[in-house]
Amino acid sequence: MKTFRILAISLAGLAFAGLAHAAGGAKHPHEPEGGWPFEGATGEYDLASVQRGYAVYKQVCSSCHSMKLLSYRNLGEKGGPFYDPAYPNPNDNPFVKALAAENEIVSPTPNDAGEYDLRPATPADHFRSPFPNAAAARAANGGALPPDLSVITKARHGGASYVYSLLTGYPDPDMYEERTLEENGETVYQTVIDMAKFEKLGEDMPHHGPAYLIQPAGQYYNPFMAGDTKPNYLGDPRHAPPGGFLAMAPQLTPGRVEYTDGTEATVEQMAHDVAQFLAWAGDPKLQARKEVGLATMVYLAILAILLWFSYKRIWRKVEH
Amino acid sequence: MSGHESSYTPNSAFERWLDKRLPIIRFANDTAINFPTPKNLNYWYVFGGILAVCLAVQIITGVILAMHYEASVDGAFASVERIMRDVPYGWLLRNIHANGASMFFFAVYIHMFRGLYYGSYKAPREVLWILGCVIFLLMIATAFLGYMLPWGQMSYHGANVITSLFGAIPLVGESLQTWLLGGPSIGNQTLQRFFSLHYLLPFMIAAVVILHIWALHVPGNNNPTGVEVQDVQKDTVPFHPYYTVKDGFAIAVFLILFAYFVFYAPNALGHADQSIEANPLVTPAHIVPEWYMLPFYAILRAITFDLGPIDAKLLGVIFMFAAIAILFVLPWLDTSKVKSMRYRPVARQFFLGFVAVCFLLGWCGAANPDDAVIKSLQGESSLVVSYTADGALATSTYKGGDEAYEAARAFMESLPATAAPSLEAVPAPTFQFRHLSLILTFMYFGYFIMLFFIGLGEKTKPLPESIHKSVLRAHKPQSVPAE
Repeated sequence: MKTFRILAISLAGLAFAGLAHAAGGAKHPHEPEGGWPFEGATGEYDLASVQRGYAVYKQVCSSCHSMKLLSYRNLGEKGGPFYDPAYPNPNDNPFVKALAAENEIVSPTPNDAGEYDLRPATPADHFRSPFPNAAAARAANGGALPPDLSVITKARHGGASYVYSLLTGYPDPDMYEERTLEENGETVYQTVIDMAKFEKLGEDMPHHGPAYLIQPAGQYYNPFMAGDTKPNYLGDPRHAPPGGFLAMAPQLTPGRVEYTDGTEATVEQMAHDVAQFLAWAGDPKLQARKEVGLATMVYLAILAILLWFSYKRIWRKVEH
Repeated sequence: MSGHESSYTPNSAFERWLDKRLPIIRFANDTAINFPTPKNLNYWYVFGGILAVCLAVQIITGVILAMHYEASVDGAFASVERIMRDVPYGWLLRNIHANGASMFFFAVYIHMFRGLYYGSYKAPREVLWILGCVIFLLMIATAFLGYMLPWGQMSYHGANVITSLFGAIPLVGESLQTWLLGGPSIGNQTLQRFFSLHYLLPFMIAAVVILHIWALHVPGNNNPTGVEVQDVQKDTVPFHPYYTVKDGFAIAVFLILFAYFVFYAPNALGHADQSIEANPLVTPAHIVPEWYMLPFYAILRAITFDLGPIDAKLLGVIFMFAAIAILFVLPWLDTSKVKSMRYRPVARQFFLGFVAVCFLLGWCGAANPDDAVIKSLQGESSLVVSYTADGALATSTYKGGDEAYEAARAFMESLPATAAPSLEAVPAPTFQFRHLSLILTFMYFGYFIMLFFIGLGEKTKPLPESIHKSVLRAHKPQSVPAE
């Protein structure tokens, strides 16, 4: 009779043994050194970093990626990067007004003549979208649609760490090799990457090279992107590198963004800041949530303790 | 118990007046205050009260969320985010409602396992048990309908998978599916009807809950011994204050767990793809339901073979619905006269195995059916070279480490250009999740069938004479005279 139970328990044991070996197609995103300040029960956003992250978004990402769910006023709301207690209504905040006015948008409401004017944005306006619609976005990006970034950290496993890992995970510029092949009498140009030299892969790096990965035209390899590299890998298909290809070229180069607070704009720094900005954008109520959470937990703990003693007292004469 | 005498005496002229016309205070007093409840109920019995709280929380938060939600394919996704951003405490309401569904199912599963363990489905409580199963079915329907509303990727593609199950029914399937969706595919009309029904079903649940409590109060509570109440004075205590305070304590502890998810891990139980707006043209890599549906999803996918005229898809659907339907007939499947597993040493082992099977099915539901259950036991993939020789397709297989790759390469280069060789890695055969799911599916049903046979010949332990005596025995060393 115990056979059934022993079988079940051993199956459960095997299950856990299996879990330990679970592995995915793309490389698992990793945190930046030192972790994220907004993690844990009391963690909050580093607002200076979120401010710099907005600059990265504005100067780099926003030329292709929309953030339709955000308005400029959100930047000045409580918990937001440019919140000023002097202006509880962010629409009055002159700094937020100035940030909004840097963007020219098509007015969402018609003017007296029934036409839609171009005008500087106000804090009440949604973030400016780089393209009028998805078709225009695809047309400008080689057929690929740059995803909206409003909730990107909630929409990817790993959240901010995914954004950070992806932006810093591309092969270094000197790793791309150009080669030409003669195929059916025609000259074919290929961009290849020798995976045996790609040290960021860590334990997934092939032992000896050259182990070339062919990068399709208009596509860029990234070990953190979901996808399949087997069809493009010239080595042993059993050891095809993790990750996949995306239409976004490596964007962050040292010094690409000018930080006004004097922080050095290294690739890691910019990736860290923009990932934290996007984490804030996806979850702007984090601070309020943790504050209410703490009060709720304290309240419930006291309530539970009081009820426990009430229970003990009421039942003290009943054997049960 | 409904037989117990009413102990209510109207205290004021108004109460006496009302008592002759609508004895509602007497009713409330007899059901929630003085109701005689076995004194030996343990903490597994607190989940009924917890579930009542869950239902109330879902209805209250849901009604407020509906005031801000926009049921349209163009606006649903953004409106849910707007609730989280711009509605005062909208993030709180939405996190409570979304995580509340998980907490609701967590509590209902414990409640059901408790019923299975202590034999609460047996005479005279069959109707009580069946009403509970009806509530469970309604809960599944409500949760499924509600999952559609945020209009995320998993909403859309999950609903597509589930509604296509109805399409597997012979003859009427396709018409039924079209009727459910309100058209040939999921669209605005589907979202609107799902919203309408998602608002309706919780009130139907509330109605069945009233019947469930009514059916509970006719025979009275079961208890861990499974021995019925014989002497109301000795065996029971009034529901209030004894169980109101005990349930109250349990509810407070449960709410701490609930609050942990709401405030500190609001997305931990959800899927990342739900934060991507629904796109019919892009199918997620792995479509998985919420955790509480995983065991049933595993059963659905476990069946990959045809049985006579029934194809695999329909058979999977039949098994999945049978997994719930079998609960309805359980009172007549279990042949044992003894209710509580405490006194059924053999059945008890099977029960514990059944719980393990349910967990493992959940694990299978979350996994990719083709993946190896234990990766470390799977051998290295072999390399297969496919090429054309003399106009026919031929393959050549190489096993081993790097040298196998070298050999395969050398072979490919030795072939003429017309052979058009290609190389691919074929995973070594191994024990996959689809196999485990199938075994577990049969174990799931096997449990109910075993209950039938075990009950016929099982040697049970002696039952206590009464609830009162059982309590005394358990506490013998420091025995105090009971009230």
